[in-house]
Amino acid sequence: MTMTSPTQAPELGLPARTAHRAPKGPSRFKPGAGKQLQGGPFAYIALAVVGIGSLLPLYWTLVAASHTQDEVLASTPPFLPGGRLMHNLDAAWNQAHLGKAIVNSFVVSSCITAATLFFCTLAGYAFAKMRFRGRGGLMTGVILTLTIPPQLSVVPLFMMMSDLGWGGKLESVIFPTLVSAFGVFFMRQYLSEALPYELIEAAKIDGANNFRIVLSIVLPVARPAMMVLGMLTFVQAWNDFFWPYLALNQQNPTLQVALGQLSASYTPDQSIVMAGALISTLPLLVVFVIFGKRIVGGIMSGAVKG
Amino acid sequence: MATSTPTRDAYVPPPRGSQQTPVNARRQMWRSRLWRFDDKASPYAYIAPFFLVFGAFGLYPLIYTGWIALHRVEMTGLDQMEWVGWDNFDRILHDAEFWTAVTNTFVIGVISTVPQLLVALGLAHLLNYKLRASTFWRTVILTPYATSVASAALVFALVFRADGGLLNWVLHFVGLGHTNWANGEWTSKIAISVIVIWRWTGYNTLIYLAAMQAVPSDLYEAASLDGASRWQQFRKVTIPSLRPTILFTIVISTIGAMQLFGEPLLLEGGAIGATGGTENQYETLSVYLYNYGWHLGHLGPAAAVAWAMLALLLIIAAVNWLIGRFVRKSAV
Repeated sequence: MTMTSPTQAPELGLPARTAHRAPKGPSRFKPGAGKQLQGGPFAYIALAVVGIGSLLPLYWTLVAASHTQDEVLASTPPFLPGGRLMHNLDAAWNQAHLGKAIVNSFVVSSCITAATLFFCTLAGYAFAKMRFRGRGGLMTGVILTLTIPPQLSVVPLFMMMSDLGWGGKLESVIFPTLVSAFGVFFMRQYLSEALPYELIEAAKIDGANNFRIVLSIVLPVARPAMMVLGMLTFVQAWNDFFWPYLALNQQNPTLQVALGQLSASYTPDQSIVMAGALISTLPLLVVFVIFGKRIVGGIMSGAVKG
Repeated sequence: MATSTPTRDAYVPPPRGSQQTPVNARRQMWRSRLWRFDDKASPYAYIAPFFLVFGAFGLYPLIYTGWIALHRVEMTGLDQMEWVGWDNFDRILHDAEFWTAVTNTFVIGVISTVPQLLVALGLAHLLNYKLRASTFWRTVILTPYATSVASAALVFALVFRADGGLLNWVLHFVGLGHTNWANGEWTSKIAISVIVIWRWTGYNTLIYLAAMQAVPSDLYEAASLDGASRWQQFRKVTIPSLRPTILFTIVISTIGAMQLFGEPLLLEGGAIGATGGTENQYETLSVYLYNYGWHLGHLGPAAAVAWAMLALLLIIAAVNWLIGRFVRKSAV
């Protein structure tokens, strides 16, 4: 794909036209606006193929969840959703504590998201707009923590949680994830551009103390970025698998843990497993359909100058 | 340092002694001292939660892992630690399965990261054209990102199944026969890589796209004036401008590849998943760690594996740095 896309330009009269086109006025703020070439049919075909590839496994989850296992694994598999969806959802619900798992997933993801938003906005503001000794070094430290895989600390973490009396409890999943280095970085990037110094100074002249400034100026300005960070954090917390799988148990799982255990059970019924997968994915897909554009924009804005 | 930004103090009118009563002046002094303390302490208070949480649940356990690695600790009695010195390291370093896991992690890392980033680069280039419904395409391509490792691994397990798997049905349909994907040395690694590629290509595409849109258009105009074709523009303008971003995605994907866990664990599930296949053909380091610590219940060796992973990470970082230096030198 990488190879063929640029060669597919028989309409290559285009470069000349771009060369003569005067740069548009606001192109300083929207770099790339001047050079955007019209995509040919090849681009659409390639995107359609990738798009179908992206969605097909999700469709297959739905198909498999709505048939019996024998039908799904038959020599000619079904291609349209069947009528057993409710039955399989019900079976998954009963076999794997899915009701409890959904509540747990919501509690865990909400707590992590709320805490991450609060702490990361504060830290991001400090790194973006305040001057203090060691700022550069500390920020480098924050970014370096991104490179440490959680695998390196799970063994003692497990023992610590047991010492604290949090073994198998949701606390053991929530507390280690209350802050995120990515969140601090993301909020710093956003606030250093979106929050003018003048606004802070004006508040200071009016006699506001620092925390007052955070409440009445920083938080409102940061709201769009907080929305995006909140969604990214929620998705990540909802989908997290490794540490919750080690820390939680069958009686008190999150959705992903329950799903893992459902499939690890003795001779699992694949249709029921797929029904479980559907339950765990559906809430996020709904969020994604509603806020997809914002999440896309968030990932893109977080990445620039990364 | 404090003088480089105008602080509140600069705006406090200097006390005019003749007009002010001493009480007022004292109050003002106290207040300005309080303000100065507020200014000095606030930034540290705001960043403290991050460092406290990271210190308690990230850094401290990381170091403590090294200590546990020198002890015998069993899942059955977490509070009993018995000093064994280097035994745990001895044990894993002489375990053929450990080296299989190292190789597998490396191989799966390469065959999932390289195609993923190449495809992402191509896709980003396509999305950088002026397209109808461009937001729609971006969202569709990102959809797999909203799926969890667990659901993705399970649905792909169904697709790659030996009996009644969708992929084998398709292969049979076009007359290419039947493959036992999870059993093969390479086919199982390919299956796992496909799951990784499926979930992360869209995410990387958007990162590249954002970087592409930040490339100044003058560069392209200058290049096309010089008669560069679109392919030449892509190679000589786009790729060099994206170099920091590409490096960033390589680092992030490498770290991600080190952590692969759910995909191999759930490909076949159960006890087979915990050992990464009947012959450990797709066992990664994380699965190996899990197997030792949580499946077999020996936390000491599991901690030793964690430190081996740290060593590997440092080696990769060093190699990365050396390559970076070499590339920079040869470019000059």
